[in-house]
Amino acid sequence: MAKLDVIIITGRTTDQGMAIDEKLSEEYMKSVAFCEMNEEDMKIIGVKDGDRIKVKTEFGEVVLFAKKSAVEDLEIPRGVVFIPMGPYANQVVGGRNGSGTPRFKGIKGVVEATQEEVRTIRELVVGK
Amino acid sequence: MRNAVCTFCGNVCDDIEFDGVTGKNLCPIGEAKFAAKRRIEAPMVRGRRVSYEEAIEKAAEVLVNAKRPLLYGWASTVNEAIRLGVILAEKLGGVYDQCSSVCHAPSTLAMIEEGIPGGTLGQAKNRADVVVFWGCNPVEAHPRHPSRYSVMTKGFLTKGRQHRHVIVVDVRKTATAYLATEFYQIKPGYDYAVFTALRSIINGHEKAVPEEVGGISKKKLKELADILINGKYGVIFYGLGLTHSRGQDRNVENIVKLVQTLNRHTRYILQPMRGHFNVVGAGEVAAWEAGYEYAIDFSRGYSRFLPSEFTAVEVLVRRDCDAALIVASDPAAHFPKEAVKRLAEIPVIQIDPHPNVTTLLADIVIPSALVGIEAEGTVYRMDGIPLRVKKLKDTGYWSDYEILKLMLDKVIQLKGE
Repeated sequence: MAKLDVIIITGRTTDQGMAIDEKLSEEYMKSVAFCEMNEEDMKIIGVKDGDRIKVKTEFGEVVLFAKKSAVEDLEIPRGVVFIPMGPYANQVVGGRNGSGTPRFKGIKGVVEATQEEVRTIRELVVGK
Repeated sequence: MRNAVCTFCGNVCDDIEFDGVTGKNLCPIGEAKFAAKRRIEAPMVRGRRVSYEEAIEKAAEVLVNAKRPLLYGWASTVNEAIRLGVILAEKLGGVYDQCSSVCHAPSTLAMIEEGIPGGTLGQAKNRADVVVFWGCNPVEAHPRHPSRYSVMTKGFLTKGRQHRHVIVVDVRKTATAYLATEFYQIKPGYDYAVFTALRSIINGHEKAVPEEVGGISKKKLKELADILINGKYGVIFYGLGLTHSRGQDRNVENIVKLVQTLNRHTRYILQPMRGHFNVVGAGEVAAWEAGYEYAIDFSRGYSRFLPSEFTAVEVLVRRDCDAALIVASDPAAHFPKEAVKRLAEIPVIQIDPHPNVTTLLADIVIPSALVGIEAEGTVYRMDGIPLRVKKLKDTGYWSDYEILKLMLDKVIQLKGE
């Protein structure tokens, strides 16, 4: 299956903000466990909206649901993907940085289709 | 109650009408904030329910026995509680750090270098005829910002949307871009270069600018420079698009220089879009207590500031702390996984109203009252304006202030000072 080089941007969304005080809920997981992509990029790696993809960087990897960016008219350029801030995004963010603040945006990565499951937040953080 | 204050984002909207259950004038995020939801039910020590006093005493023991505890969070509580946190860090010889260090801390570094041509949101509302949103997305992160302060609002001198030129610059077409008069899409990581190009054009060195910078043509850059310079009073709001991507503090430094350049021709102010409702306080209070805003180490008995060594993420990744007190924050959700891994290895004490990802790792959990709903105090809005947040209903939960006050007393007692 084809792989695609991308630049990863992470950030806040309204849904993530609304569920932020209920992080152990299903709503929160839904609000952060996806990766928004340009439709043309999704065709290249052979996934449709809601399919699972694996995002890899030099810092780690994470399985997420692919989301088509045309939703509500918002557009993401080709070669760029967006993951809402949270435990999923942080699997692929590097820890150390000269400024003391991690670089949460503009991370080089690779995306591909996968059959692996999207892990729960508990699995990501506590490992069970 | 009229004029209640919302305690979610840096807007700190102070026009909320709260009837005891729901509030009027709230944005969707504020509504979620005020809605009833799952709470940490009781203080717990390793899963066992205990009294507040016992949990706080155990927490004080853990902190006193640690060589170098990390005290982190603070952006979602009141200044009075933050002050106790800074004093606690000093007494313990620990590290004080706050949410800014994964957020706007590069802005602090830039301001140490360059200063900030700052103003207030009131000036933006009443005066600004050019409004720029650079690398920020208030429609999603600060939903009422455009209607209260910056875009649609009717001000004293600038009377509504039709009198404002609204520019959005971002790497993707965000929801905020749809409010803009003009949207400029730049390549990720090219903000610094675009600021330099704009400064060159405004300074009359147009020839030095190549045909395209960061994905924007020279023609479009000249057009943008014209709009900026023709504003009578401009405000540039910027977000984590600058502090989280290549360049970080240097990006902010360069946008400050752009604003300085514009101020030779007209009047401009710069405002970072701060996230949590009191993240400004988490920095300001530490600055008036210890001289620095974040990444402060007290292990030598005096305060030292070194962001590349003493921010929470650095301290965790380098395994330089052996216990952590987390107040009103969720680092297990918002730190890179390498840092979270260390957090799982050390004793963690959490003070928070709601169970979150950090709760899964915490050894001692102390529930607190909701600031602005069940507990009062002072906070700083994103532009540094102090606001008194109110107590709107009674609760059996202790406030962050009460919890930290007793914890500090216990620590002083245990250390025999």
